[in-house]
Amino acid sequence: MIGNEILLEARGVTVRYGLTVACDNVSLDLRAGEVLGIVGESGSGKTSLLTSLSGRLRPASGEVLFDVGGQGLTDVYGLSEPERRRVRREEWGFVHQNPRDGLRLRISAGGNIVEPLLMCGERHYDTMRGEALEWLSRVELDVARVDQRPSQFSGGMQQRVQIARALAHQPRLVFMDEPTGGLDVSVQARLLDLLRGLVRELGLAVMVVTHDLAVARLLADRLMVMKNGRVVEAGLTDQVLDDPQDAYTQLLVSAAM
Amino acid sequence: MNAQPAAAPTLVGYNYAYLDEQTKRMIRRTMLKAIAIPGYQVPFGSREMPIPYGWGTGGIQLTASLIGNDDVFKCIDQGADDTTNAVSIRAFFAKVAGVATTEDTEAATIIQSRHRKPEHALREGQIMIYQVPQPDPLRRYEARETETRAMHAYREYALPYVGLYESYARLGRQASGAGHPVLTNDRYVMTPSPIPSFDNPKLDNCPALQLFGAGREKRIYAVPPYTSVVSLHLDGKPFETQRWGGACELCGSTESYLDEVVTDDEGGRMYVCSDTHFCAKRREAGEAALAGGQDQ
Repeated sequence: MIGNEILLEARGVTVRYGLTVACDNVSLDLRAGEVLGIVGESGSGKTSLLTSLSGRLRPASGEVLFDVGGQGLTDVYGLSEPERRRVRREEWGFVHQNPRDGLRLRISAGGNIVEPLLMCGERHYDTMRGEALEWLSRVELDVARVDQRPSQFSGGMQQRVQIARALAHQPRLVFMDEPTGGLDVSVQARLLDLLRGLVRELGLAVMVVTHDLAVARLLADRLMVMKNGRVVEAGLTDQVLDDPQDAYTQLLVSAAM
Repeated sequence: MNAQPAAAPTLVGYNYAYLDEQTKRMIRRTMLKAIAIPGYQVPFGSREMPIPYGWGTGGIQLTASLIGNDDVFKCIDQGADDTTNAVSIRAFFAKVAGVATTEDTEAATIIQSRHRKPEHALREGQIMIYQVPQPDPLRRYEARETETRAMHAYREYALPYVGLYESYARLGRQASGAGHPVLTNDRYVMTPSPIPSFDNPKLDNCPALQLFGAGREKRIYAVPPYTSVVSLHLDGKPFETQRWGGACELCGSTESYLDEVVTDDEGGRMYVCSDTHFCAKRREAGEAALAGGQDQ
């Protein structure tokens, strides 16, 4: 169910690295329960945009607004650092392309899943243990492996642990950067199926960055196509993929077929 | 604590207490800051010392900056006064600072230690100096210094609890035999050096000043007298200290921290106090009482 209230809004976000413009004047909004896909080739500024929207890279100009604590849209970069960190760990979740970026490798799978709960103030062992087991089965992993370290898991399984970790504290918004990158096709398909199920079941708002149009088609309600830091086309996923208007989008879609 | 270089009968060619006066001033300033912010790790310009890192370079620098002619110095390693490291560091300060040394916890004004806090309760005016290998309780889980600093600054203390979760999940019990993290003055989480969790409760509300020095990691932190120090725990899993079924086989104490000593190669072993001075004193007292009884 897509809600009416806007959860995240970007107004003219521009990200620069020195003279290089990674993201040029990007505006977008995201509603509760909505999945927004950002597609484009390597170097098109997708990840820079995501990094900036998720409070980790202050844009050179423009504003990023989030409905902090359900209290209305607030400028993320106008918050104090501890408050911004609180929003990031309590209200948002992150799924990185490389599970090693999102997981603590010296801590068991269960420990990785309970860390966000601890960050939100949970302190009861039995509650946390229950959540760890619950989430492992939700991402279709063997609960008997709850105390093994991520290094003992395959790449696809690590990604499942990372997804559990990103969702365990029931964030209101999840950022995903190439969640199925680097996995083989059959594993990708199963993972996507799982992600789609979880997103629908939990009614999550998700911003997913991918270069894989199949991922975008399966997950996203709406799509934004980026090229050279600019948004060249935006609209409903099926619309954009089935009837691309922009020349670049047409190229992208035909290349994927 | 007042250094009097002129009067001290110390080694020729070295400054009093080995370190130069400017370094001592820098370390004292750092200590004052550490005392002002209990449990906060203050960076300092750690110097090369004539022993390797890991043997107590941090503790020695603190001692050298504090010690004066009228101090009485005690040094223990694993609770024992007679181990190589303890004997050497004691001899070092006898030589470079000309101070009296002792094994008596009550007589000492400065006690430097690795691994243990003495069994005998400390009093006001005494200074307890701990040698610390890894000062940051978050380092085990988070390698980035910028990140751990932010976590301390904003009281984001999930990570030590993740460690506790791990120990119960993997071992079914509290795993941290030593260095169990504590919350100091209700503000900073710190690692109490690698002292056993048995000694953790003794840090709380202690009348003596407690200083922690990490030479390699270049950090000093402190617990001022009468400061609250609470061992972290998860709900439903209370903090536990080590327990032994029996008593010390030398002095019969049931309240001290016991070491397991292997006595032969056929599985023979005995439990004895790790605090050698505490044990010796109890045995002396026991023998005296016994002798007194025979006289009557």
